[in-house]
Amino acid sequence: MKKHLMAYPYALWMLIFTIIPLALILVYSVITIDDAGIHFTLDHFRRVFEPIYLAVFWRSIKIATISTIICLILGYPMAMILASKNLSKKSILVVLFVIPMWMNFLARTYAWMTLLERNGLIATIIGYFGIQLPSLLYTENTVILGMVYNFLPFMVLPVYSVLVKIDKAVLEAAEDLGATPFIVFRRVIFPLSLPGVSSGIIMVFMPALTTFVISRLLGGAHFTLIGNLIEQQFLTTMDWGFGSALSVVLMLIIILSMGFAMRYEKENQGGGLW
Amino acid sequence: MHEEIIRLVNVSKSYDGQQVLQNINLGIGRNEFVTLLGPSGCGKTTTLRIIGGFEMADSGDVIFEGKKINNLPPYKRNLNTVFQKYALFTHMNVYENIAFGLRIKKMDKEEIDKKVKEVLNLVNLRGYEKREINSLSGGQQQRIAIARALVNEPQVLLLDEPLGALDLKLRKDMQLELKRIQQRLGITFIYVTHDQEEALTMSDTIVVMKDGKIQQIGTPQDIYNEPVNAFVADFIGESNIIDGVMVEDYYVEFAGRGFKCVDKGFLPNEEVDVVIRPEDIKLVPVEEGMLEGVVESVIFKGVHYEMIINGNGLRWMVHSTMMEPENTRVGMQITPHDIHIMKKVKTE
Repeated sequence: MKKHLMAYPYALWMLIFTIIPLALILVYSVITIDDAGIHFTLDHFRRVFEPIYLAVFWRSIKIATISTIICLILGYPMAMILASKNLSKKSILVVLFVIPMWMNFLARTYAWMTLLERNGLIATIIGYFGIQLPSLLYTENTVILGMVYNFLPFMVLPVYSVLVKIDKAVLEAAEDLGATPFIVFRRVIFPLSLPGVSSGIIMVFMPALTTFVISRLLGGAHFTLIGNLIEQQFLTTMDWGFGSALSVVLMLIIILSMGFAMRYEKENQGGGLW
Repeated sequence: MHEEIIRLVNVSKSYDGQQVLQNINLGIGRNEFVTLLGPSGCGKTTTLRIIGGFEMADSGDVIFEGKKINNLPPYKRNLNTVFQKYALFTHMNVYENIAFGLRIKKMDKEEIDKKVKEVLNLVNLRGYEKREINSLSGGQQQRIAIARALVNEPQVLLLDEPLGALDLKLRKDMQLELKRIQQRLGITFIYVTHDQEEALTMSDTIVVMKDGKIQQIGTPQDIYNEPVNAFVADFIGESNIIDGVMVEDYYVEFAGRGFKCVDKGFLPNEEVDVVIRPEDIKLVPVEEGMLEGVVESVIFKGVHYEMIINGNGLRWMVHSTMMEPENTRVGMQITPHDIHIMKKVKTE
C-alpha cells in the first residue's frame, strides 16, 4: 500500500471539520440573506470596527496579554525548578503539576467561584480579622486570575521541555569562561530556551484571547470579551454574519501574533512543542 | 623540572558510596603537558573536573599557585576547559562564542576583535567569525572550542578527551596541532584520554590511572619502557604478560626455563609478572631459539605482522616485519634487557 493513502482519513477529517467550517465562516462574513436572496456585503466588517466592538477587542487583547505575561513570570521559574531537580524528586513534582489538569476545566473554574464569592471561603477567613472585602468575583482581575490558573501549565510544559534538553556541559562551559550564575542564565539558558518560551506564549495567548467560559463564570454576565461576543452572535442574537466577521478578524489577530512568536523558532531551530 | 603550578593533595571522591578517587597526590608543573590516561571509569575525568571546579572533592586539597582553591567556583578559577563534546553555544556565531569570556571581562571592542582574530589564526580558522556553529564540521567545532578557551589566556588549559569524536586522520593532525599550540603559548595542558598512543605522542608527563588510583607517573619513555606493573604494561601498548618466578637477582624462570634479566631486588623465588613487548621477541630458526612454538595465526597490521605463536600452551604475541606462515615451527629469542619483571599486583 502506498504510504500517502494512509493520510486520506486525516485529510477527510480536516476537510469536514476544519476546512469546510472555515470556508462557511468566510462566506457568512460577507453575505446577507433577505427575502430578495443572498447579497454580498461588507457591512459585517464595518460593524466590527465600531468603537463599542473595538473596545471589546482591545479589552480581550489586553487581558490575554496580561495573563500571558503573568504566566511567563510565574511559569518560567517553575519550569527551571522542574528542570533542575534530580530525577526521583522531579517525577513527583511533574505529577503534582499535571494532576490539576486531569480535572475538568469547568469544575476547576467553578471551584474558584465558590472560593471567591461574597460568602465564600476567602471572604469568610479574611472576615474573621474584621476586614470587609470588596467583591472578589466579577472583576477584570478575577478573570485574569482564572486565565493564569487555567493556562499556566501550557506555559510551564513547553519551557520545561526545552530547558531539560540543554546540555549541562554548555552551562559548565559558560561558567568555565567566567560567567557568574546570573550571566549564565542571561546569556546562555534564557536565549536557548526562547523556542519554548514562544511556544508557551502561543499556547497561553491563544486560549486566553478566545475563551468565553472563564470570562462568563468569573467575570459575570456583563463582562464581555471577544469570545463572549462571538458566542452571543451565534447563540443569542442569531446574527451569524456579524459573528462570522468577528471570528475572521479574531483569526487574523491570532495568525499575526503567532507569526510574530514563531519568528524565534525559525532562528533557533527546533526545541519547542511545535 | 618545571615549577609547580597545581598540586592535588590526598584528593578522594565517591559517588553514592562508590569510591571513584582514592588519595590522589599529583603535582603539575608550569608549561607542562600532562596526560591523565586510563580506561573508562578510572577517575581521570573526575580528577579533571575537580581541578576545573565542577566537582568538589570529598576530602583533600586542590592547590593552585600555592593557594587552596577547594571551594572556588569555576568562574573564579584562572583556568579554562575544552569539553568532550565541545559544548559550544549554538545560539551564537563563531565570533560570539570566542568573545564570550572576553565580554564578561568587560574588555573593549577593539581589543576583543584583535584577540578573536589572533586566536582564529592560531587554530587555522581565519575568516570564520560570522559562521554559525551548526554549519561547522566536528574538527572545526573542536578548534573553535579550543580557541574559545585559549583566548582567555588561561595559565592552565584542561582538555577532556577533546579528540574523541574525530576520525583517526583528523585526530592525528589535531594531536600535533595541540602540541604545537601548547609549545608556542607555553601554558600548562592537562589532558584526559583513554588513548595510549595519543598520550605517548603529546605528553611531557603521563599519569596512568586505574580504579581511582594513580598507577604510575612518568615521561612517555619511562611509562613505555619501564612500566611499574602489569596493568600499566598492558595498557600502554600491547604486551605478553606471563607468570614467572624470580629465582635470584638477575635470574628469572618462566615458560619452563630460566632467563637472564636485568632486574633485581626481589625476594628469593618471589612470584612475579614477566612482561615482554611483542616487538621485542625475535623470530629465529628453531635450533637457535630460547623458546619454540608453532605459528597459530598471522594478521597483517600495515607496518608489521602480528603473529600468535603457541609454545607448549603459552600464547606469545609477536610483532615482526617478516612474516612466518601459519603452522611453521619457529624459535624465539629475547634479550635480557627486554625482559621486564614486575611485582604481582594484589587484586582486590
